[in-house]
Amino acid sequence: MAPETSTQIHNIGYRSYEGARLGRAYARKSLYSQSLRGAYGLGRSAKSKVLPMILFAVMCVPALIIVAVAIAVPGSTELPIKYTTYALTTQVIIGLYLASQAPQTVSRDLRFKTVPLYFSRPIERVDYVVAKYAAMASALFVLTATPLLIMYIGSLLAKFDFGDQTKGFGQGIVSVLLLSLLFAGLGLVMAALTPRRGFGVAAVIAMLLIPYGAVSTVQAVAYGTGKAGAIEWLGLFSPITLIDGVQTAFLGATTAFPGGEGVSAGVGVVYLLVVLALIAGSYAALMARYRKAGL
Amino acid sequence: MYNPTVARLTYRALLGRRRALILFALPALLIAISLAVRLLTGVDDKVAAELLGGFALATMVPLIGVIAGTGAIGPEIDDGSIVYLLAKPVKRPTIIMTKLIVAIAITMAFSAIPTLVAGFILNGNGQSIAIAYMIAALVASVAYSALFLLLGTVSRHAVVFGLVYALIWESLFGSLVDGAKTLSVQQWSLTLAEKVAGEGYVDSAVGMPTAVVLLALVTVGATAYAGQRLRRLTLAGEE
Repeated sequence: MAPETSTQIHNIGYRSYEGARLGRAYARKSLYSQSLRGAYGLGRSAKSKVLPMILFAVMCVPALIIVAVAIAVPGSTELPIKYTTYALTTQVIIGLYLASQAPQTVSRDLRFKTVPLYFSRPIERVDYVVAKYAAMASALFVLTATPLLIMYIGSLLAKFDFGDQTKGFGQGIVSVLLLSLLFAGLGLVMAALTPRRGFGVAAVIAMLLIPYGAVSTVQAVAYGTGKAGAIEWLGLFSPITLIDGVQTAFLGATTAFPGGEGVSAGVGVVYLLVVLALIAGSYAALMARYRKAGL
Repeated sequence: MYNPTVARLTYRALLGRRRALILFALPALLIAISLAVRLLTGVDDKVAAELLGGFALATMVPLIGVIAGTGAIGPEIDDGSIVYLLAKPVKRPTIIMTKLIVAIAITMAFSAIPTLVAGFILNGNGQSIAIAYMIAALVASVAYSALFLLLGTVSRHAVVFGLVYALIWESLFGSLVDGAKTLSVQQWSLTLAEKVAGEGYVDSAVGMPTAVVLLALVTVGATAYAGQRLRRLTLAGEE
C-alpha cells in the first residue's frame, strides 16, 4: 500500500461562469440579425455574396433610371410609374431572390442537423420561427423598399409635389411590407420542407410563378371571352395577384389585371383576409414543421 | 455509354418521395387549366395555341427541364455523395450520358404527354395544334436537359441560373429583343411545331436549318463539356 501522501487532488483553477447571462431575448436577437445578414451574404464567403448583391443591384437600377428620366425630361410633374407598380413589375427578381435565399436561411440548419444545437440554447421553438420569419421578411423588405426610397428621394430632388409623393411613397411602403410578409412566409414554408437546397429553390420559384402564370393565362382567356366578372375572383389564387388586388382596392394602385378594372373595395376585403390568413397560416405551418425538427 | 445502376440511382433521386410532387404539380395544373378554359370558352383553336405556347411550352417545359436536369446531378455534388459514384470504375462521360438520358426521359414524360393531353382537351387536336406542341416539347426536353445538366456540374446555384435563363432570357429578353430569340431553346423547338400545325397558329423567330444545327450543337456540346467537367470535379466545402 502506497503512503497516503502519494495521491493528491490538485486545484488547477476551474471556475464557474460569473458573467452576465444574456438570455433568451439576446439569443433571439442574434439569430435574427445573423439570418438577416446571411440573406445578403454578409459574414459569409465572397461567393455567396454574389447572387443576392446582383439581384439587389438589378432591383435598384430601374429605379435610378426612372428618377434620372423624370428629372431630365423638362416639365414633368410626377414619376413615370407609381410606387405601387414597381414591385409588380419586378416580381421575377423578387421571386428569384426569395428562391435563392429562403432555402439558404432554413435548409442548411436542417441538412447539417444544427437545429437541435439551437434548441439546446435558451431559445424556444417560437423564437427560432419568429427570428427566421422576421429576418426573411426584413431582407425582402430591404430589397423591395430600397428602390421606392430611391424614387422618393429622386422625386423630392426634382421638386415634385411633396404631399402627393409622400402619400404615394407611404402607400408603396405599406404594399411592399405586406408583400414581404406574405412572400417570406410562403417561401420559408416551402424551403423548410426539404433539407436539399436545390429542391428548395425549385419549390419556392414554382410556388410563386406557376400560380401566377396560370392565373394570368386564365384571366386573359376570361377577359377575351367577355367574362370579365370572373377576373377579380381568379386573382385570389396567386401570391402576386393577391398583392395586386389588395393595393388596387385600398392603396390607390393601378392594377395589372387584364381590362384594367382591378378589384373593387368589397372584393378587396376578401383579398386582404386571404393575405392575412396566408401569413398566419405560414407561421402556423412553420411552427408545426419545427415541432419535430430537433428529434 | 449507359449504366443501368447509375440510371436507377438517378431515377430514384429525381422521383423519390416528395420531389416527385413538384414534377406532378405542373402537369396537373396545366390539365386543370385546360379543363377550365374548355368549359369557359368551348373549342377555340386560337386560345388553345396561346395556352399551349404561353403556359405549357414557355413556363412548364423549362421549369421541368430545370428540375430534372439540375436535379439529376446537382444534389449529389452539393452533398458530396458524388465521390462514391466517381470512385467506381465507371467512365465519367458514361455517368453524364446516363444521367442525361434519365433527365430527358423524365422531362419528356412530364412535359410532352401533359401537353398532348391538354391539347386534346382544349380543341381535340384541331389544326394539329396538340401534336405540334407535343413535338416542340419533346425537342425542347432534350436541349433543356443537356443544358441544365451542364449547369448542374458547373455551379452550385444551378437551379437559380437555370431559372434566370428560362424566365429572364427566354421570356423577358425574348419578347423585347428580337436577336435574343435566335438563342432560345423555346424558339428552336417552335420551328418544328410550326411545320406541323395549321397555318398561322404557331410561329417561330428562327429558320429550320438554324434551329436544327443550334439544337444539335447545344445538346452535344453541353453533354461533352459536362463530361469533361466531371473528370476534374473539385468538391467545394459548404460556403
